[in-house]
Amino acid sequence: MYEPKIIGFLCNWCSYAAADLAGTSRIQYPSNMRAIRVMCSSRIDPEHVLRAFVNGADGVLIAGCHPGDCHYISGNYKTERKYVLMRKMLEQFGIDPRRLRLEWCSSAEGGKFAQVVTEMTEELRTLGPIQLGAGD
Amino acid sequence: MDKLKFAFYWAASCGGCEIAVLDIDEKILDVVEKADIVFWPVALDIKYKDVEAFQDKYIDVCFFNGAIRTSEHEEMAHLLRAKSKTLVAFGACACFGGIPGLANVSDRDEIFNLVYKELPSVSNPDETTPQETYSAPEGELTLPQFFDTVKALHQVCDVDYFLPGCPPTPELIEQALTAIFEGTLPPKGSTLAPEKALCEECPLEIQEKKIPFIKRPYQVIPDGKRCLLEQGIVCMGINTRAGCGARCIKANMPCRGCMGPTPEVTDQGAKLVSAIASILGVEGEERMTEKEVEALIDQIKDPLGTFYRYTLPISLLRRKVMKK
Ligand code: SF4
Ligand code: SF4
Ligand code: FES
Repeated sequence: MYEPKIIGFLCNWCSYAAADLAGTSRIQYPSNMRAIRVMCSSRIDPEHVLRAFVNGADGVLIAGCHPGDCHYISGNYKTERKYVLMRKMLEQFGIDPRRLRLEWCSSAEGGKFAQVVTEMTEELRTLGPIQLGAGD
Repeated sequence: MDKLKFAFYWAASCGGCEIAVLDIDEKILDVVEKADIVFWPVALDIKYKDVEAFQDKYIDVCFFNGAIRTSEHEEMAHLLRAKSKTLVAFGACACFGGIPGLANVSDRDEIFNLVYKELPSVSNPDETTPQETYSAPEGELTLPQFFDTVKALHQVCDVDYFLPGCPPTPELIEQALTAIFEGTLPPKGSTLAPEKALCEECPLEIQEKKIPFIKRPYQVIPDGKRCLLEQGIVCMGINTRAGCGARCIKANMPCRGCMGPTPEVTDQGAKLVSAIASILGVEGEERMTEKEVEALIDQIKDPLGTFYRYTLPISLLRRKVMKK
């Protein structure tokens, strides 16, 4: 079976803790995601997302604290706007915007985190490997 | 001292860079005093075969403008590279792909069909289209191959210096010429323009880094005082290299980024997505619903075409995915 590669940018305070909880609770979920811990979801620059795709990621997950819970007060609002604009631009590049996903997972939501990764892995399986346009 | 030998060449370009050379006004007289022009298709009748006959490194400095769009451009890039001691990518198209580089949202077949068959203004009932080769009684005729992807000069050959701008300003051209004549060129690979961002030389006043909405230039009459971005007009000065003297801003137009990104920036479009989305709609962001966020972002009509106006070919993705 085709195994998509997902780069997961997880914010230190909520979503990375959620991934940790999923682990310590021994929740089973696909091993397709490679986690990269960042201090806040807003640290993720669209350039990081493009770099992930160019370096072979089939999907990119950005996960942060729920609105109102960002440990830097308003980082995740900026993340959301960047994400919406980014998806619009990915579509113009001919890249399916479902390859980029934004989720809010608190440190108590290990189950939700596992479910998000499971869903995303399945969705990417149906989309198939990413194709970029290197051209001639 | 022997006169230097200069060459000028145009690939996929509009011709503006050729005019820019003349925009240095009477300084052009200094140039012809100190240098001979050995190749300049727009002005001198010197053929490609004459250039092929030059010894390697015969040309001291070649100013190459235009992007690489066809096999002819690519061949000329290799040829002029071999024949020149110093090769300068002149203008935004040679440096980054420029406006022709926006064609990377399309491809060879799409453009061909549109131009020769599909455009409503085209009347071509016999579907007569150009061929790359044609056997005439006198022999075989050929046309250059049109590529799917537009490239910047350094993506096909080694480039010594970059002189950006659409077109480069007379001041930057003069500074470059002075450096050439006085032998004070910076290290190979340098961009012959300042390192800072355009905002630093912009005369407008920055008050607060928040914008409530995005408007298109025709929807606003700028007040002539405040930063255009703060007035809701997408201005790329924030990560565009300085050096143009903010000439568009002084004409009440936002910067479209023709000087290319500042040295710290790899992907100008991605960085603009980050910057614009971060300052747009900050006021009351904690109460905004998902729908409202989408409506806000939807005010930016064409992010790819706006944020990569001059730099699509050198961006991380370089082009749109081809439907093949
Ligand atoms: S964003 Fe544009 S208008 Fe504003 S300060 Fe920078 S260059 Fe000037
Ligand atoms: S203001 Fe921007 S678009 Fe205008 S000349 Fe300067 S760099 Fe180019
Ligand atoms: S700290 Fe988690 S999103 Fe900002």
